[in-house]
Amino acid sequence: MTQLEPYVRIERVRKDFGGFIAVNEVSLDIHRGEVFCLLGGSGSGKTTLLRILAGLEIPSSGKVYIDGQDMTAVAPYRRPVNMMFQSYALFPHMSVERNVAFGLEQEHVGRREIRERVGQILEIVKMSGFGPRKPHQLSGGQRQRVALARALVKRPKLLLLDEPLAALDRKLREHTQFELLNIQKHLGVTFVVVTHDQQEAMTISSRMGVMDRGEIVQVGTPAEIYESPGTRFVADFIGSVNLFQGEVTATDAEGLCMRCAETGADMRAPGAPVALGTTIWMALRPEKIELARSPVPESAPGALPNQLRGLVKEVGYMGEASVYLIEVGAGKVLRVTRPNAGRDAEPRIARGDAVSLSWHRSSPIVLTR
Amino acid sequence: MAQLVSPAGRKLVAGIPMVWLTALFLIPFLIVLKISFSEVRLALPPYAPLFVAHHGVPVPELHLSNYAFLLTDPLYASALVYSLKVAALSTLACLLIGYPMAYAIARSSPTRRSVLLMLVMLPFWTSFLLRVYAWIGLLQSNGVINNVLLALGIVHQPLVMLQTDFSVYIGIVYSYLPFMVLPLYANLEKHDPTLLEAAADLGARPFTRFLRITLPQSVAGIAAGSLLVFIPAVGEYIVPSLLGRTDQLMIGRVLSDEFFENRDWPVASAVAIVMLILLVAPILLLQRFEKDELEAAPQVAAPAEAKAPS
Repeated sequence: MTQLEPYVRIERVRKDFGGFIAVNEVSLDIHRGEVFCLLGGSGSGKTTLLRILAGLEIPSSGKVYIDGQDMTAVAPYRRPVNMMFQSYALFPHMSVERNVAFGLEQEHVGRREIRERVGQILEIVKMSGFGPRKPHQLSGGQRQRVALARALVKRPKLLLLDEPLAALDRKLREHTQFELLNIQKHLGVTFVVVTHDQQEAMTISSRMGVMDRGEIVQVGTPAEIYESPGTRFVADFIGSVNLFQGEVTATDAEGLCMRCAETGADMRAPGAPVALGTTIWMALRPEKIELARSPVPESAPGALPNQLRGLVKEVGYMGEASVYLIEVGAGKVLRVTRPNAGRDAEPRIARGDAVSLSWHRSSPIVLTR
Repeated sequence: MAQLVSPAGRKLVAGIPMVWLTALFLIPFLIVLKISFSEVRLALPPYAPLFVAHHGVPVPELHLSNYAFLLTDPLYASALVYSLKVAALSTLACLLIGYPMAYAIARSSPTRRSVLLMLVMLPFWTSFLLRVYAWIGLLQSNGVINNVLLALGIVHQPLVMLQTDFSVYIGIVYSYLPFMVLPLYANLEKHDPTLLEAAADLGARPFTRFLRITLPQSVAGIAAGSLLVFIPAVGEYIVPSLLGRTDQLMIGRVLSDEFFENRDWPVASAVAIVMLILLVAPILLLQRFEKDELEAAPQVAAPAEAKAPS
């Protein structure tokens, strides 16, 4: 996916609405053929950025290049970009077929070719035969597929999707995620997806950008963002995380050691050296922590360094896994997830049990901000 | 819901307006209908008795002479045709003027919108008669407009603007414009702006977006506004009486003259019935549009409205 020129280059784009800065000096490169997700909460600026790519908003400053051309102020109807709206925005007075054909009619494509291409795209989204129906006669999932077809039939260079799966129920959502990816690979279109659902972002994106208050905080693959968050915000935003705060007490070739203010214990993690005494945080993902009823001696084969003792406050059984809330002293509660590997193996860890928590030396992530 | 309202209760609530309508609309209408089939008499009331006893049973006497008279005298046909023409052209003018107004109001900010709507409705707070009279003051030979034009030297003789077709159209369009603007606005205001964004995204330029997205969706508003102007305009009396031609009357004036001046109630009633028959089709159309609006399914709404906005 490496190219000399990025397919989409967003250069220091800023958008303010009379005093409120929605997008603050955002720079971003998107590569051809990838699925790039803009992930963030309400007000993070992700939708505004998407609309800037669509041409529905003009940036207050900065530039947008698509396939090498400056498209910053180009009207939406002149861009090789199409958008799938969150509300689908299907034209209620037109049939499915007319809706999908609309974009081709604007390009003055011949009638026969329109019919062919509309038929093809409806087949790809599995809506063949729905041509004569009107939008109000379709279910939510069906409308979504028509909206997708309508955008894709024009063979845009860039497809923008605004919260594409937000309105679907869970089962349909998972199914549609994979369908979307299939269609994307089949057609080779570059996708830019906006979502607030981090599970969705992690599943479908080849790369994602986390946004907070108008800025891009971190860009990377889902694995990079999840396993190596750059800030506490990102660590907390994606998935669940346990955060420990403390001061750096020692550094060596392997990493650093911090004395945790909350638990009083020493914690080690790999990382670049940081000045002694600096306040840092360590992030530990819930699935990286192992539980045992009694401490496993360090000398035992496969043992992880015993790090903490705690008391189980709550257990949430979720089928595939269980979530444990464990108090480790001074009111600090950790979240631990363990897969339910065996059926009624040894007696399950239950509320009130005393447990030992341990983790790999490399599991904690050092965060300086 | 059915359990909360007893059948007797529902009948009572629906029954009261029905009784009112029957007593004060249906029965008078039937009386007018019968009078139209009666012979005129120099009497009080000025028509032959509605029912004549035939062997003890009251039977309505039906004469078709009044309707025949309407067909023979050209005054009535020309008045009807003229009324339909004036009403139709006034409706068209109201549409051409009112649509941009309604569109602009629908696209303004909420505060501006309230002010503009109030301005549209403000004329209703004053007397209709006075407002039409005001046009006399504006249009007459030594009226405001002519005085300005003469003073500026644009004309050297006052323009004849009163008692012409022109003044009738001005009067009707001016008076009925809100009836076009308000239903149009009510329709346009409900349009989803995202649809226009989607159309733009798909390659449609501004005029195409209006023609293919906005206009088709506003058809119901156009129809409602047009009928609300056309139906009453056909029978309009005050505007043509004050501003209109003396050589060509509209049907409302004809009916009134027949009733009050000629004291020929049977012919007047026949005119009224003919007018009603002509307007039945538009009235039924209007009712169908109103019913559709009331029963309309909510527009294909944003399905993610309940979720957190991005």
